Parts: sequence; C-alpha cells; structure tokens
Amino acid sequence: MSEASAILALAHRDFIKLLRDRQRMVADFAFPLIFIGILGTSLQAGFGDRAGGLNFLDYVFTGVLAQTVWQSSALGLISLLADREQDFSQEIFVSPISRYSIILGKILGESLVALPQALGIIAFGFILQIHIGPDQLARMALAMLVIALFGGAFGVIVLANLSSQRAANQIFPFVMLPQFFLAGIFNPVQNLPLPLDILSHLAPMRYAVDLMRDAYYGSTSPVVLSSATTNLLIIGALFVVFMVLGTFLFVRAERNR
Amino acid sequence: MIRVEDLVKRYRKAETNAVDGISFEVKAGEFFVLLGPNGAGKTTTISILTTTLSPTSGGATIDGSDVVREASAVRRKVGIIFQRPSLDQNLTAEENVRFHAVLYGIFAYAPTYALMARGYRTKVEELARLLGIARDIHKPVKTFSGGMRRKLEIMRSLLHDPKVLFLDEPTAGLDVPTRRTLWEHLTEVRRTSGTTIFLTTHYLEEAEEADRICIIDKGKVVSFGTPDDIKRDLVEEYVLVDATDRSALRDELARLGYATSGGAPFKVQLDGHSVHSMLRSIETPLSVVKTHTPSLEDAYLEIVSRTGE
Repeated sequence: MSEASAILALAHRDFIKLLRDRQRMVADFAFPLIFIGILGTSLQAGFGDRAGGLNFLDYVFTGVLAQTVWQSSALGLISLLADREQDFSQEIFVSPISRYSIILGKILGESLVALPQALGIIAFGFILQIHIGPDQLARMALAMLVIALFGGAFGVIVLANLSSQRAANQIFPFVMLPQFFLAGIFNPVQNLPLPLDILSHLAPMRYAVDLMRDAYYGSTSPVVLSSATTNLLIIGALFVVFMVLGTFLFVRAERNR
Repeated sequence: MIRVEDLVKRYRKAETNAVDGISFEVKAGEFFVLLGPNGAGKTTTISILTTTLSPTSGGATIDGSDVVREASAVRRKVGIIFQRPSLDQNLTAEENVRFHAVLYGIFAYAPTYALMARGYRTKVEELARLLGIARDIHKPVKTFSGGMRRKLEIMRSLLHDPKVLFLDEPTAGLDVPTRRTLWEHLTEVRRTSGTTIFLTTHYLEEAEEADRICIIDKGKVVSFGTPDDIKRDLVEEYVLVDATDRSALRDELARLGYATSGGAPFKVQLDGHSVHSMLRSIETPLSVVKTHTPSLEDAYLEIVSRTGE
C-alpha cells in the first residue's frame, strides 16, 4: 500500500515539476514541430507523387509522435543521473521504499510528462490537416501510454550503464539517432537489406513506432510491420527485462562507486 | 546506537582508501561530531551509514540493523540532512513535506493538500507554526531564505521519528547569523526529541558542544573522545616563564625536574602538575608568566598538521 502510494507521489512530483517549468514546456514542443512541419511537409512536397500512395506527412507525423513520446520518457529517466545528487532526488534514494518502486514511479512520472507533448503534436497535426478520426485518436492515446512506459524502461537500461550525465549526453545521440532510421520514423523500413533488417529488429524504438502506426493506419495497412499483438508482446517483455535488469544494475553501480 | 567496525571504502579507480579502517561507536541520544578537513572521508562515511554507498570491507550497524544487509530497515531509522539542499525548488514547502511523509509510509498519498489525511494536515500546521511560516507554507520553496530552507529540511527529516539524524555539513555556505539560529534550532530539536545526532563539519565551534568527537583525516581516526579529552590528549598545556636572571631560572627548573624546551622564555610542560604548585616551587623572581590552555581549534590544527607530515 505504502509502496503504491510512494509510486504515485513520485509520478505526481515529476508532473508538477513539468507544469511549473515553462521553459522546458516550450522546448519540449518545439523539436517535434520542426520535424513534422518542415521534414514531413518537404518530403511530401518532394517525393509525394512517387511514394505509391503513401502520404509522407501522415507517415512522418505518426513516426515522430511515437518517437517523441518514447524519447521524452527515456530522457526523463536518464536525468536521474544528474538529479540523484540534487534537490529532492537525494531524499528519494535514502527513503525506505523499494528501489523498483522508485524506478517505476519515475517511469510513470516521465510518461505523464511525455503525454502533454504528444497532445501538442496532435494539435499541430490537426493544423496541418492530418485526418485523425475519433476511433483513431482513442487507439493512439492508448498506444502513447504504452510507448511512454516502454521508453521509460529503455531509459533505465541506458541509465544503468552510464556513470554520469556527461557520459549520457555523449552516448545518447548514438543510442537514439540510428534508431530514428532503423525504426522508420521518416523512412520506410519494409525492404531493408538483411544486415540493416536485423539491426532494425533489434532497435526497441521500432516496436513503439509500429504500434503507433498500427493505431493510426489500422492493422491491414501495408505501412504496418507487425500485428499489434506481436508488438505488445515484444514491448511487454522488453519492459520487464529493461526495468528489472536496469534497476538492478543501476542500484548496484550506485552503491559500488 | 551506531557501531562502525573497521570500515574501509575505496572508490573504483582510486589509488587510496577514502575511508581507511575506521571504528567508533555512538551511544543513543548522543550528540556526535565527525570532524575533519575536506577530503577526510566524512561524506563517504555518512553515505555508507545511510546505505547509499557500499563499504569495501568492514561494516556498520545502526540500532542493530546492518547497513548492507538490512538497508531498508536502516533507512527507516535514519534521517539525513545533505550537504546540498534536498528540497525541490519548484514545489511548495508543504509539497516537499508531503512527498517525504509518503515516501516514509507515514501517510497515504493524495494529489492535493486538502485531500490528505487530517493527521497530516495537523502535523503540517504545527510544523509551519514552529517555523513561523504559517503563511508561506504553500509557497514555492525558492522564495524562502537559505536558513529557512535548512530548518524546513530538518523539520521534514524528523517527521518519521528517526533514531539517528545525520547532518552532513548543514551550515556550509550559510552566513553567521543564519548559522547561529540554525544551531539554536537544532539544540532545541535535540532537547525535545532526544534524537541521536551525527554531525559532520569542519567548523570547530560547532564541535565544542558535542558529547563526543571523532576526528578523522585521510580516512583514519586520529582522535576520539569528549572535546575535553581531545584537548587534553593532543595539545600540551604549558606555562611560559621568563626571568631577568635567565641562567638561574634555567638551573632551577632543571633542578625541580621540569622539562623545558628552547631558549627563553622557557616553555614548561605541566605534565599534570597544577600551575599553582609549579609557580610556588620556583624561587627565582619571574618577569613573565603566561599560561597556555588549548582550544579545540589548537587541538584540531595540531592533529591535522601532524598527519600531514
């Protein structure tokens, strides 16, 4: 009971902090809007006719939506590296609650932080006249929640293997950027050469993006790689592994400095 | 209450031990000070005792719970004031207190103050009154002064009735008046709660009030005891005397069996004799008499310079 209460408190704290940090709110919205507004629109304008009926704007929109949510909660978790010796975070790590509760609360909190950003992107989608029906929106909302939690768990496993925020800042582009392309945020990944195809299957972000496309396009669309069930199973399994192994490694690394 | 045995910590990739085989005990209700220069191993020791760091070897228990094997039980028994403020600046004072209370399982969580249990609200009101911030308790902590923040942290850390309150250089960076009021506050806390206090500091005047002091340097215990013990053991008490007839005085002192060192004025080690009996025994007319009683600072400087050699 008290563990559940603590998890909620930790999650709520992250959310309050976001609401009271205006600069971060603005910065969080700006990046995805640049991607969709400039990249999506220009891809559509340049290649749209040759893409075999694929609307690049929709394609990039769904990809960036998934990527933003996923990356935002992953980054949020990694910020624990910088935060652990600051403000209230110090207090969290000396409190009697389970380390798994701390990480779970943090994942939940960073997911809550990622979702308002997604709302902003969707609003922007409406402005660009991307068609989103109510049933699509409902499915996408569920997908976003799953993706946010999944991204948080991915953050834990990255976090567990880094020693400092500086290391994180250096490593993060290498962990994220290849996944942008392997997961097919901007580019189709259906017909990749074998080595790239293997890498694509190894990129956790692929399943997040595919789940979002499934929610938007429907499972019969040629854009969708695997069924929602497959994606959810893979995401579920990875979530547990990342979360448990990540927490274990993180706590061990922290105490055995 | 606290038992530390042969504790060693070597950080990874470090060439030397940050904490190098220290042992000491702290009794229940004691005001204990761990004193030492920067880099002596104070924060490392506190981190191990509060379970955020594993020792390389040796061990420690707090109120019978092992800091490694029973970390969770230890965490429940201790409160900590960190070197760096541990309040969230963007949250209100009450929210900071609320998160603490929930993390320690004292109250169930509710997203707003009004929805929290009545017992919690009573406690917060009482706390706000004690700190004189009844009107500001729902304001962001960043609007508070440095001293007020520290006091709030101390009050917060006492919410779960810790058996031991660790304070890691709590007054670092505060100005003198703030330090003084914080100190009065802490004395009051100690008087009313009876909590064992474990303080690290490099301000000597903060250690003068301690029941017992442990001085560490370069990871080793160099002195342990009450402030008086430490002064007595480590700094010589002596009397400086001089006379117009120096050679007569030197001869007389030698005859009386007092060890002197250097030239005039003569530094006479008391070695347990009282100043009075010493002066009475000297017949040569004295022109100078100066007694030297060490302060804790003298003791400290001497200890630290000694280990530096």
